[in-house]
Amino acid sequence: MAEKQFREALREAMTEEMRRDERVFIMGEEVAEYDGAYKVTQGMLAEFGGRRVIDTPISELGFAGVGVGAAMNGMRPIVEFMTFNFAVVGIDQIINNAAKIRSMSGGQVNIPMVFRGPNASAGQLGATHSVAFESLYAHFPGLITIFAADPYDAKGLLKSAIRDDNPVIFLESEQTYGMKQEVPDEEYLIPIGKGVIKRDGSDVTLVAHGKMVHVAQMAAKELEKDGIEAEIIDPRTIKPFDIDLVIESVKKTNRLVIVDESHPFGGVAAEVGFQIQRDAFDYLDAPILRVTVPDVPAPFARNLFDLWFPSPKNVIDAVNTVTYRK
Amino acid sequence: MAIVIDMPKLSDTMEEGVIAKWNVKEGDEVKTGDIIAEVETDKATMEVEAFDPGTILKIFVKEGDAVPLGGKMAIIGKPDEDISDLLGDDDGKAEPVSKEEKEPVEKETLESEAEAEETKGKPDEFDPEAEDAKADKVSDKKSTSDDGKIKISPLAKKMAKDKGIELSNIQGSGPQGRIIKKDIEEYKETPGAQQQAAMKRPEKDEDVQVSQMRKVIAKRLAESKFGSPHFYETIDIDMKKAIEAREGMNASGEVKISFNDFVVKACAMALRKHPKVNSSWMGDVMRRHAGIHVAVAVAVDEGLLTPVIRDTDLKGFVQISAETKELAGKARDKKLQPEEWEGSTFTVSNLGMFGIEEFTAIINPPNACILAVGAIRDVPVIEDGQVVPGKRMKVTLSSDHRIVDGATSAQFLKTVRELLENPVNMLL
Amino acid sequence: MGKKTEAAGFTPTGAVYKSTKLPKPTKKTHKSLGIKKDELLGLFECMYRQRRFEERAAQMYQKGKFGGFLHLYIGQEALSSGLNHALNADDDIITAYRDHGMGLARGIPTKAGMAELFGKKTGCSNGKGGSMHFFDVEKHFWGGHAIVGAHLPLGAGIAMANKLRDEKKVTVCLFGDGAVDQGSLNESFNIAQLWKLPVVYVIENNGYSMGTSVARHSAGELVDRALPYGMKHDIINGMDLFTVIEKFQQVAEEVRNDSLPHLIEVRTYRYRGHSMSDPGNYRSKEEMQEFKTFDPIERLKTYILENNIADEKKLEGISEEIDKEILEAIKFAEESDFPDDEELYKHIYADDDFPYLK
Repeated sequence: MAEKQFREALREAMTEEMRRDERVFIMGEEVAEYDGAYKVTQGMLAEFGGRRVIDTPISELGFAGVGVGAAMNGMRPIVEFMTFNFAVVGIDQIINNAAKIRSMSGGQVNIPMVFRGPNASAGQLGATHSVAFESLYAHFPGLITIFAADPYDAKGLLKSAIRDDNPVIFLESEQTYGMKQEVPDEEYLIPIGKGVIKRDGSDVTLVAHGKMVHVAQMAAKELEKDGIEAEIIDPRTIKPFDIDLVIESVKKTNRLVIVDESHPFGGVAAEVGFQIQRDAFDYLDAPILRVTVPDVPAPFARNLFDLWFPSPKNVIDAVNTVTYRK
Repeated sequence: MAIVIDMPKLSDTMEEGVIAKWNVKEGDEVKTGDIIAEVETDKATMEVEAFDPGTILKIFVKEGDAVPLGGKMAIIGKPDEDISDLLGDDDGKAEPVSKEEKEPVEKETLESEAEAEETKGKPDEFDPEAEDAKADKVSDKKSTSDDGKIKISPLAKKMAKDKGIELSNIQGSGPQGRIIKKDIEEYKETPGAQQQAAMKRPEKDEDVQVSQMRKVIAKRLAESKFGSPHFYETIDIDMKKAIEAREGMNASGEVKISFNDFVVKACAMALRKHPKVNSSWMGDVMRRHAGIHVAVAVAVDEGLLTPVIRDTDLKGFVQISAETKELAGKARDKKLQPEEWEGSTFTVSNLGMFGIEEFTAIINPPNACILAVGAIRDVPVIEDGQVVPGKRMKVTLSSDHRIVDGATSAQFLKTVRELLENPVNMLL
Repeated sequence: MGKKTEAAGFTPTGAVYKSTKLPKPTKKTHKSLGIKKDELLGLFECMYRQRRFEERAAQMYQKGKFGGFLHLYIGQEALSSGLNHALNADDDIITAYRDHGMGLARGIPTKAGMAELFGKKTGCSNGKGGSMHFFDVEKHFWGGHAIVGAHLPLGAGIAMANKLRDEKKVTVCLFGDGAVDQGSLNESFNIAQLWKLPVVYVIENNGYSMGTSVARHSAGELVDRALPYGMKHDIINGMDLFTVIEKFQQVAEEVRNDSLPHLIEVRTYRYRGHSMSDPGNYRSKEEMQEFKTFDPIERLKTYILENNIADEKKLEGISEEIDKEILEAIKFAEESDFPDDEELYKHIYADDDFPYLK
């Protein structure tokens, strides 16, 4: 088993699925001739040609909608957004068309497609390029939302997403594209809607997804020195959310901290917190806390950005509070 | 120059005060008139105010501890002022507020470790959860919130229910005294706990701390009972007319005069007629008081208080009734001020509302007498040779024989009876 | 209506900005267009069915038989009917929310259409779409779409799928004159031309974007939106059935051969308001009267009678049959059941066991 970068894992997933099913094609800005803005699609034009690896104009509304139309009519498009921050100009196509046409047609239309690309902040890119959108997409029925944290998960989940008959929002991160992990060469699929325990622990449950899994890992290492064993759960799929896995963990640890790069109001953390208080109320020994970015747009200045972005220390503080250690 | 704040005399009888609550901590700035602490005296919880502006440089005692009258409570002065002189010998006695001094040190250690790992670092102010944690630190350690509800985590609550543990038996160790899982687990480890909860009976004897008020009651009543020779006289009073008069007075609905108000009024008028009863034994002299100030015994949680209706003889029913209600309320709320309980010349104690027929009371020093009032009873009485239903009330006067003789007190009682049996005379 | 007042504001005001100017109709006859006699009577029946369906729908709406919006197509039936005559059965059609006429012309049964208006489970979208979302995917009718302009890229995408499969099929994507002003039009036109997608975009210019006349909502000629992309384009008279058939036969043929998009501005007129709650103050009675003289159904009826294709009695017979059919459709809709409660959680995801949040 070889170590592979996150971007290679994504490429393998798409390449394997395109070899497997000729209805699958990819389109997006700079995916073909340029070999991918983040080199995710590197070499794919050479293998599949310009009919299946398609450069689009900077027209997110246009090509997102073209993708939906093609999916309605039997294709299985992968639409790459250079970042999900740009998808906002075409979001009508996602939340009104991709998510709803199946329902409004009384089930006559399938929309098997994947919208994928980097999500959330990637350093000092300013407010419009730093938004975590998972809670927004997860809000809409008809969409599946996945946020992969590492290369292994990314490959297995993207393959499942491409094979799924629903529109899937597949979220990545510019900052993890270069991350390496052992990824099997043989085919594997990770089921949509199943989370995973990324670290065993007994003292507190940390729920984190996407880039925040790594922040939680750093915090857990620090807490371990202090005798606190944090259990880290990566739901991997935001919707449907594997709440049962969290409930089981909270039954064991009796305390929960949710680490979420979204803004706090109505974010993923808010939903998970609600569900746990409803379904695991009698197992809680402390209020559920969350670590999120604050309720302000991303700042540019380095010091303000560092204040803004959730850090391991924020997680440690929250854990100390729920474990009554301060 | 720094000033020591001493335990002030907050009641005429207090010998020490317990710090119920500090409103300030070391380093806080205070202005003249700021309430810096609440002190539980023998009678009430009193506020201690700052008389000088400055910074609280030192707090000698922690909440719950007693300080003798004139004992050091705190030092106030300019920041960084040398107060070593003022700390003096009392330093040994002074209780450092250990938690507040230690905790920041521990926290700092943790923070610096975390920051070493997390290169970016981050001040505390940003994280709302960290703010929560700060709020947690200033918790008092009570498991009940202001509304009396027990604070407990959902898990701990379920565990306690499953194990049949009575929540009021548990001291919570979480923020604001919240009972948490650990508290239930540790409680379980006490042998017999389940049995205890199931039987709802304490397993062993409990030593209850003697409150300031209890101490004073014990001391003063023992002195009275054993220091002044008591004798007792009981008289039965026909309350039929008093009942009618009261119904007439209350008919308007604007006031609600009680039978006790009738008794207080009758005593005040009788005292004017019998000044010997309105006296105090002063050792060398017997002091005949110029004013007539009847005290009324009021039961409160920790004992009893005797607020005073001043110049009772000069006041009408409505005023006596209103003042009694107000003072009794204040007494129960621990809001009674010293001038409101000091200086009585006679006391009325009424247990009629509990159905007590008659009883003897211990004289409230430095009074000469106390009147113990029983319940109004339905009794058969003979009027004109016929047995008819009657309303009777027994009152018992305890008198200090050093001041009052049997005949004197009997005459006083006779006057009281005449007034109550013909209440119209009290209106004259 | 009153005389035109020059505007102090941005958009010209005044009611008498005449909606649209009709180009001349074709001179071709049914014979020269290859339309057989019975096909012609079928086209009359098709147009009349749409007309009566909607007149009755309006009546049922006003009786409170169903709720929601109701946008009537009355006056524009020549386009839906002619278009369907010109296209193959497996060509794809996608349209906007004024979709009853196009759906019926494409073959949605009147019963299924009426039941959909009533929100019944026997409706063409199982009662889940309503007036604005008629679907019949088996008949390649990809729906009515209710966000103005949002389905323009879908039309391109449907065409793209056909092209990727090397199917020589035409996709027709229809939208109103109001949608011309949306950004989605430019993005879709650019991609369609750039990628040579076999899609025909059709502006159904009925003169008004809701209550705003074309001159008041759009700068320049609508059809000129094709110019910057080098897209082929035409303007035709949409009140005349033969003109529609002629143009769509020609364009469909072209698209099948060269796989290049085409923009057709079809000038037409709706005799009813934008929706049922529209008092129509923005246009004049005179204009309405003028356009009623071009009523596509009356026009075809006259042609049939003048050319002795059928007599009045024959046409009356067809009309009576349609009247009966529509009344039966209403009865059917009324008697049909609403969707079962469990249907609330169906057809949202492809998976029947999707774990919904509850």
